[in-house]
Amino acid sequence: MDIFSLAFVAAVLASSAPVLYAALGGALCGRAGLFNIALEGQLLWGAFSAVTVSWWTGSAWAGVAAAVVTTTLFSGILALGAVTWRADPIIVAIGMNLLALGLTGFLLRELLDATGTFAPAGLDGLPDLSFLDGVPLLGPLLARQTVLVPLAVLLAVAASLWLYRTSAGLRLRGVGEHPEAATSLGVPVSRYQNATALLAGALCGLGGAQLSLGNVTAFTENMTAGRGWVAVAAVMLAANRPLVVLGACLLFGAAEAWGFRLQGLGLPQQLTDAAPYLVTLLVLVASRLRVRRRLGAADPVAAVSAAHPETVVHPEESR
Amino acid sequence: MTGLLDRLRLRAPAALVPLGAVLVALLIGAGIMIAAGVDPLRGYDAMIRGAVSVSNIDYAVASFTAILAMSLAFAIPARMGEYNLGGDGQLVLGGIAAAVVALYLPVPAVLLLPACLLAGALGGAALASVSAPLSTRAGVPVIITTLLLSAPAVAFTSYLVRFPLAEQGSPVPQTPRLPDAAHLPSFPGTSYTNAGLVVVLLVLVLAVYIDGRTPVGYEIRVAGANRGFAAYGGLSVPRLTLGTLAAAGAVAGLAGAIIVMSQPFRFIDDALTAPGYTFAGVAAALLAGGRPALLPLTSVLFTILTVGSAGMERDVDVPRQLGQVLQAVVILVLALRVLAFRWTARRARGAVGGKV
Repeated sequence: MDIFSLAFVAAVLASSAPVLYAALGGALCGRAGLFNIALEGQLLWGAFSAVTVSWWTGSAWAGVAAAVVTTTLFSGILALGAVTWRADPIIVAIGMNLLALGLTGFLLRELLDATGTFAPAGLDGLPDLSFLDGVPLLGPLLARQTVLVPLAVLLAVAASLWLYRTSAGLRLRGVGEHPEAATSLGVPVSRYQNATALLAGALCGLGGAQLSLGNVTAFTENMTAGRGWVAVAAVMLAANRPLVVLGACLLFGAAEAWGFRLQGLGLPQQLTDAAPYLVTLLVLVASRLRVRRRLGAADPVAAVSAAHPETVVHPEESR
Repeated sequence: MTGLLDRLRLRAPAALVPLGAVLVALLIGAGIMIAAGVDPLRGYDAMIRGAVSVSNIDYAVASFTAILAMSLAFAIPARMGEYNLGGDGQLVLGGIAAAVVALYLPVPAVLLLPACLLAGALGGAALASVSAPLSTRAGVPVIITTLLLSAPAVAFTSYLVRFPLAEQGSPVPQTPRLPDAAHLPSFPGTSYTNAGLVVVLLVLVLAVYIDGRTPVGYEIRVAGANRGFAAYGGLSVPRLTLGTLAAAGAVAGLAGAIIVMSQPFRFIDDALTAPGYTFAGVAAALLAGGRPALLPLTSVLFTILTVGSAGMERDVDVPRQLGQVLQAVVILVLALRVLAFRWTARRARGAVGGKV
């Protein structure tokens, strides 16, 4: 199996892109001190709204725009609930994930009159970058992808530069790392956290649109199938560093693309479907064990509480 | 008298919030029905009839059995602050383990029922237990590992009933029918309601007893209140995590075994996960808010939502996913109960002259 061919790398990029968008959103939230596990629901909502609006207007770009706007609004639940009103972000996120699952299934029936899957002829998908055909290297990699795939990679680089090279990025890191210190320097902690939660929504909107208008041109009930949770795992694995998040998501994409190849060799789909989740989990556990060994030697108490990340940090609460 | 009134006023929100959450959810549901062009009264009427009318109550009680078990599977680890969202995986592994024992192991007929139930419990417990060392040794939160392990487990059982365990010549991916000795005895005049309900109720009583009346239950709650203090006080947090997760997985696996050992006595692909027992259980456990004895009550409510929404779809053509939406709204409103508590705290501060 030619897993080093450019065609395989292209398949990996396509599989990773939706997860990468969600994971970038999650990583920024993590930097701001907000543990975001609502990514699954946000991604699913993005995928649904992209397909719906693309079908209504006949334009995939309108679908993408709608996905970004409505998923940002949806993310407002997390911002308002977990940041402004200080509810438990985990419970809010469980509610949001279930809400997205129920609401997309409900609206699929009510608005699009379909059950299970909506993939009519004439649903406008995002165009491929076919003008790259014939260009060496870029052609085989990107000519069959939508523009959202390279954009995801560029955004990972941009997020990294923004976090480490700008003063706003420094403030965001300060908000998550030491909210009291950030407050005493006049950084509005809640405003940064709210803005990041909404930004994560916008990113998940793009990811969802890539999933339902790029990777395929269809919406299926629960089509994210755990990708948002893989993104959460990628964020943990990368300890909120955008470039490492990129690597983790490529790994997931490689496992998924490799699974598709194995299906072609006659392996049952049920077994290959499971592989990306197990690979992600294994790598996450291995990396945490390594961190843990270093940490445990220095500070046993920190090692005990490492499995319980501070879910959201507020400045005036003593920790 | 005034003391009593004051206490009532301070305690009231604690009891009112769950009721308020349900009320808000029902109002939002009514709004959605109006938007969909359905009279909400007719909608809710169809929902309730879909669950508790004479022809449906039999099936609804069987669903209640599963939802009650899944609410325990979430509530037990939640007592020590761990979230088990992998109920689906534990449910199907329990179900497939029971089916394998019933179909392929040479167990004497009299012992087959307990053997299947035990296999189901072990199957679920085995999967859930994996998350414990991953949390205490590797530091990966339980909420992530339970969920990420659940999807492969569901895919694995789906593979098993399609290939190695499939009934030959059946168009549906399912196992052959279990032998008669592995059928849970039903109550007279019912076909779905069976001894499984009794089993789950016994487990519930046991859980309530352990939680409230034994040292282990106390230790679990201490670890939930303050993990660092528990470890400092000499409690073994890793052991408690393993114990609560194994118990939760066992209850979920038991639920899977009970479903497989009830009508139509097979493991059918998707049949265990499609009704959404896991998240109905999560919602029921959150609504009960750390009081295990309330689980039957909240489970009844979410059984009506889950089973009734199918009846609503049949009768008034409102998509059944409305039930899921209402569950989500209940959870979200419950999450915001901190608002009510903050409000009470402010009242209390005001009452003592604003000195606190």
